[in-house]
This record gives sequence, C-alpha cells and structure tokens, in this order.
Amino acid sequence: MDLVVQIMFGVTGLLILGAAFMVVSVRNIIHAALWLITCFFGIAMLYLLLQAEFLAIVQILLYIGAVAVLVLFAVMLTRQIDDPDEPVLFQRWRSTLLITAILFAAVLVPTIYNHNWLIFADPQPAFAGPRELGFAFMNAYLLPFQIAAVLLLAALVGAIIIAMEDQEQRRVRVLTLAEEVALRGEREPSPPTRPANPQPASSSSNPTPPPAPEQAGEGA
Amino acid sequence: MISAVPLEWVLILASGLFCVGLFGALSRRHAVSMLMGIELMLNAVNINLVAFWRYTQPDEVGGMIFALFVIVVAAAEAAVGLAMAIAIYRTWQTVNVDSVDSLRG
Repeated sequence: MDLVVQIMFGVTGLLILGAAFMVVSVRNIIHAALWLITCFFGIAMLYLLLQAEFLAIVQILLYIGAVAVLVLFAVMLTRQIDDPDEPVLFQRWRSTLLITAILFAAVLVPTIYNHNWLIFADPQPAFAGPRELGFAFMNAYLLPFQIAAVLLLAALVGAIIIAMEDQEQRRVRVLTLAEEVALRGEREPSPPTRPANPQPASSSSNPTPPPAPEQAGEGA
Repeated sequence: MISAVPLEWVLILASGLFCVGLFGALSRRHAVSMLMGIELMLNAVNINLVAFWRYTQPDEVGGMIFALFVIVVAAAEAAVGLAMAIAIYRTWQTVNVDSVDSLRG
C-alpha cells in the first residue's frame, strides 16, 4: 500500500515539475498557458493525495477555471508579432538559472533535511472538510474573510480601471495581424529588423491565423 | 500518504516548483510569461502550506484557511497584473518587458 502511494506521489511530482519546466521553457506562449493548466491539475492531484479535497476542488475551480482562462485571454489580447530569431529569454538567463539552482541545491534542500519537523508520531485522520472550513470562516476567521472580500472588490475595480480604454482612443475592433504590422511600420519609420509589409505571410511566427474582426471595448 | 511519503519529499517538490517559477519570472521576456512564473511560485507556497497542515496540524483548519487566502490573493494579483499587461500592450504595442523602459534614466 505504501509503495502504491509512493508511486502515485512520484508520478504527480514528475507531472508537476515537468509541466512547470515546459511553462518556463516552451516558446509559444499559448502552449505555455496550456502547460500551466497541466501543472495546476497536477497540484490538484497532490492536494487529493494530501487529503485536502476541498482545496483540490477550489484549485480546479479557481486556478484552471479563472486564472488560466484569464491568462489565455490576456495572451489573445496582447498578440505580439515577434520574429522567430528573437530569444524568448533575457540575455542573462544563464546567471538566473545558476542562481535558482544554487538556491535550490545549496539553501532549500539542506534546510529541509537538517530541520527537525514536529510531525505527529501516529498519523491522524484529516479534519478539515467543507463543513469545518465554513464554520471557521464564519467564526474565528470572519474578519480575514471580509477583508478578502474587500480585496477582491478592489482588485476587480482596479483591473477594470487599468484595462479600460480612453474614449477618444477607443478602437472599434481588434486589429488584424496585418493591420498591426502596418501600424507598427507607421510608428517606426525605419525599423531595423522588421520591414513594414502588410502581408499576412509575416505571421509565420504566430501559428494562429488573424481572427475575424471582433468588437472590443463595448460595454467598458 | 502520511506514513508512506515523508514530509521532506513534499517540501522538496514544492521548493523545486518554486525555483522553476522563480526562473520563469526572472528570465522570460513576455509579461504574461512572467505572471505565469509568479503563479507557479504561489502554487509552490500553497503546496507547502497544505503539507504542513496535513503533517503537523491535521486537527486544525488554519493551514487550509491560509492556503485559501493565498488563492484569493493570487487571483486578485493575476487580474490586476494581466490588466496591466493589456494596458502596456495598448500603449507600446508590445509586451516585451525589455522594450518598456521609458522610465530608464
């Protein structure tokens, strides 16, 4: 029985870490968002293994249902025409990789192994189900609950304010990719690397075809 | 799970996820990719919270409550951050954070 649980933990851990590596390394950002969803699913599986069923459901509802869809929408709204030769990482990514590897191997792992964790000698059953959580939210954690509600309201209003277009600058619809290339060519009179050709063939770096004109900003 | 997998394994998995997310947040050029790295880091923190709750205090609800609040704050952060990415894209026609340097002296 223990071996089965260990194998399940190993598979879940490999899924999480592999999906996370793909998120930070894959070139196409839509694929990165899909790998992020895979990683969230693996984390929900890990929550189920840790007997936190309610948190697993919340993970799927909130992260995959809300945050990942939000990321996909942001990717759609910020289509970027980048040439395929341009690197997807910063110049200094090797030093960043070195720093994070040192942080993992020299700081985190020795700290985890050298600390004496206060673990119960006999395993106890998990206690916190939805019933207990709701009871705690309405009693001991009532003030943090209300503060979280205010925080969500502030974030909602702030996100709308930040993302709202000005009235005179409002575009009627989302530009197609060819129109964006032409617009960029107008803004930069002599672009050094990117000639202003309004042909859709320049979208070879972007596998998604230019979508049909959509209404944008209506109701903002 | 408790008797089969020691706490250290879960913590090392979470720290590995945190380091991968840190690398992504520091080294990707696309603003939305940086936010994805930050989401990975927040998820690693959540795994730590749930593991500590399950292994050390399974008879309390504090660890789960803390993890739920982290999820709430992560959702708010993602909404505001992605709205900022959209606003940056609307102004500069790019989301490459290297190109957004109008405050550079």
